[in-house]
Amino acid sequence: MSTINTVVAFIYLVAAIGFVVGLHLMNSPATARKGSPISMWAMVAAVGVTLAKIAYDQTITGIGWAMLAAGVAVGGFAGLRMARRVKMTAIPQLVSLFNAVGGGAAALIAIADFVRLTGSSTSSISTTAIVASAIDVIIGPVTFTGSLIAAGKLQGWITGEPVILPGTRLITGALAIVGLGGASYLFAGNASMPVLMTICGAALVFGVTMVMPIGGADMPVVIALLNSFTGIAVAIAGFVINNAGLIIAGAFVGASGGILTELMAIAMNRSILNILIGGFGTGDAKVAAAVAAGGDIRRLGAEDAAIQMAYASKVIIVPGYGLAAAQAQHEARQLADVLEANGVEVLFAIHPVAGRMPGHMNVLLAEANVPYTALKEMDEANPEFPTADVALVVGANDVTNPAARRPGNPISGMPILDVDKAKSIIVIKRSMGHGYAGIDNELYTDPKTGMFFADAKQGLAEIVAGVKSLVGA
Amino acid sequence: MSAGLVSDISIFVLAILVGFEVISKVPSTLHTPLMSASNAIHGVVVVGAMITASAAHDTTGYVLTFVAAVFAAMNVVGGYAVTDRMLQMFKKRPAPAARTPEGAPSSDSEQAGARSVAR
Repeated sequence: MSTINTVVAFIYLVAAIGFVVGLHLMNSPATARKGSPISMWAMVAAVGVTLAKIAYDQTITGIGWAMLAAGVAVGGFAGLRMARRVKMTAIPQLVSLFNAVGGGAAALIAIADFVRLTGSSTSSISTTAIVASAIDVIIGPVTFTGSLIAAGKLQGWITGEPVILPGTRLITGALAIVGLGGASYLFAGNASMPVLMTICGAALVFGVTMVMPIGGADMPVVIALLNSFTGIAVAIAGFVINNAGLIIAGAFVGASGGILTELMAIAMNRSILNILIGGFGTGDAKVAAAVAAGGDIRRLGAEDAAIQMAYASKVIIVPGYGLAAAQAQHEARQLADVLEANGVEVLFAIHPVAGRMPGHMNVLLAEANVPYTALKEMDEANPEFPTADVALVVGANDVTNPAARRPGNPISGMPILDVDKAKSIIVIKRSMGHGYAGIDNELYTDPKTGMFFADAKQGLAEIVAGVKSLVGA
Repeated sequence: MSAGLVSDISIFVLAILVGFEVISKVPSTLHTPLMSASNAIHGVVVVGAMITASAAHDTTGYVLTFVAAVFAAMNVVGGYAVTDRMLQMFKKRPAPAARTPEGAPSSDSEQAGARSVAR
């Protein structure tokens, strides 16, 4: 091994250690912020040493340098700009987009290598390179289109409803056969470019047909899964171009992403298999949604809500998906501020899956400067409800439904916030529409509950105004 | 099977095992940043794009290099930037009243202080 290659190999090892340590630090809130820079410097080291190597090897042409520099400049600038500008509520779809391009890049690297080796008369292509390329043009394109569809669903460009066309399963099955059949043909040692392209095309369509039938609420788990796929795709690309750095980092992300997917699915009370096949929240939801909301509800206006809270001694705010969607985190914080200035104790009860994905609500409220001490995780929050005068539910549905305590319905056994134990309950919601589980929320028909039908952002703003006029602030 | 491939496969398998172990009981609060962070790490694919560039000698190779570089750079730069932004949100986590958060307007820390007093 030449000196430069030895140095490169050792720097990759150091970078790999940086990735592992960086991600490990992010296991705990106390050390999370230290993890990211470590991982980032590891990346800088890996890129820097690779740059040195290709400059030293001198196989790269002038046009090659230009293409690389232009590509990195364009992609880097676009990525940075999007990351800086994105609203905190739109983060899941941005992560999904970055994941899509990562998978796409892995596939392109494999294709480029395949083209180069099959096209040249001097060098022959090894079986390893063929096998690795074939795997990469399956995984890469699937994550590329799959992640784009997932991002589109979260952004609302594609309906969040599960789209099940007749024969979708058949098409998916046929695509799988094309992909695997083509791959076995290549595995047999036939380095055929048309076959590789066919596999690639089938995989691109497969990504679409795989994600389209999955409901929008399950997208976070799908993104986590595709993130894990991209890791594997990158590792396989490492086999194609014989680069240990890619193999280590890719395999590491593939595995840790897999664990993370499972943790997320558990937090959302779903199984990965159920999500991919499509359980409740897909076909079942339509049937249940057709049933009209039964029971009487009590309506409430902004003034009533303001009065109840201004004269309470303890208020628990329960933010949900609706608050995230309406970007009402700042209004929620204003309400907390004006109530606290008036001597009311205010807590935020955060369900593990509140927001668009696990942990998303904490990020949103932190953005609105709600102090960490006011945010209570479910286990901490539940004992607080019986002593709360008012529980204010903002755009949360299934996670507050007492029906989860009983067996025999789609959300049975799901951990919920004990909102119904508060002395009185105010629900801000746009309509009596169903949550993701597609069932009636018994909380809404509870005699203690007042329904305030409004957009989360506007409703909260009205309540804030109401409280202010009451306390003369 | 070459010695190089055998050692590559060994590395692959061991890295997978490390990946399984490194994420343990993560509070759900951190799921979103953690996913974003691991997303940024597979941005290492940019190294692959660089190596592809070093081997490209014809139009097809150049085009593939360019697109792969755009994609990979977007993944790695965007991934780290968005993770970092998310983690900035955790800045004021430990006892806001205990110290003034750097860079925050003073009214914020006063309110935070008042809140913890009320607790």
